[in-house]
Amino acid sequence: MSGWLSGSTKKQIELHKRRHEIVQTETKARVDQLTSPAGHPVTVLRYEGDIASTSKDAVLGTYQALPKQTSKLVLLDFTKVDYINSSGIALVIQMLIEAANSGQKVYAFGLSPHFTKVFTMVGITKYAGLFPGQTEALAAL
Amino acid sequence: MMTNVKSTNVEVRLPSRMGYEKVAMSTAAAVAKLMGFKEDRVEDLKTAVAEACINAIEHGNLLNEGLSVGVVLSAVDDALEVKVIDDGKGLKNLPPKPDIDKKIHGEEDPRGMGMFLIQALVDEAEWVKGVNGKSSYVRLVIRLDKEAD
Repeated sequence: MSGWLSGSTKKQIELHKRRHEIVQTETKARVDQLTSPAGHPVTVLRYEGDIASTSKDAVLGTYQALPKQTSKLVLLDFTKVDYINSSGIALVIQMLIEAANSGQKVYAFGLSPHFTKVFTMVGITKYAGLFPGQTEALAAL
Repeated sequence: MMTNVKSTNVEVRLPSRMGYEKVAMSTAAAVAKLMGFKEDRVEDLKTAVAEACINAIEHGNLLNEGLSVGVVLSAVDDALEVKVIDDGKGLKNLPPKPDIDKKIHGEEDPRGMGMFLIQALVDEAEWVKGVNGKSSYVRLVIRLDKEAD
């Protein structure tokens, strides 16, 4: 794909990327497979960095790459996330929509007290259970 | 617990580029901490200021990097006022409160939480249309909670 871009376009894209790096921390996502004490397989999506409009691939892409048949319980780890804005919240809601349509259940842990309040305010807690930490979350699944 | 920041103004100009709202957020947090705001209120302010700046960058200045977003923080006695100014025409109407059930069932856009969060997290929020369709702003006020101090 990159072969289609002219030299000046490539330079512009690089410049644009560098500008974003100045203020936005790239979102990283890692997938872990765990088993809850009750014996259920749990897919943990561990996020790191900011969750904003630029996080679509990390947040939704990583989720969409999971096998829907085997990943019935999805646990989001926000322990290493410092900044979530409304665009980032919209990505989480989009994930909840897809999960509801696929018969998956989504839970989350590791949110700061402030973002726990924000998630509660916007109603996310109605569709995704929040837990303080991984141990509490796994114990409930 | 007030310190020496009575009637202090701080101004920041941001490029209309996503991500730079964090500069305003950090500045607002620093001023609020100097005024003696508690950590939870500082976090509320950070999110409200970030969302106001995102709206100004995206909807006010339409991501035009030739335009900047002005952020004016005025610390007065027991309150911090924040004005976020852009070159847009301002809001015609405030959007309705987001409904999570409608969003989950695809009846409402998953986006559109920003203004709701601003209103929910600060003590006052008003959107003011600029004269001649320019320099519209949102004005936020967050007050020190004296009873809790």
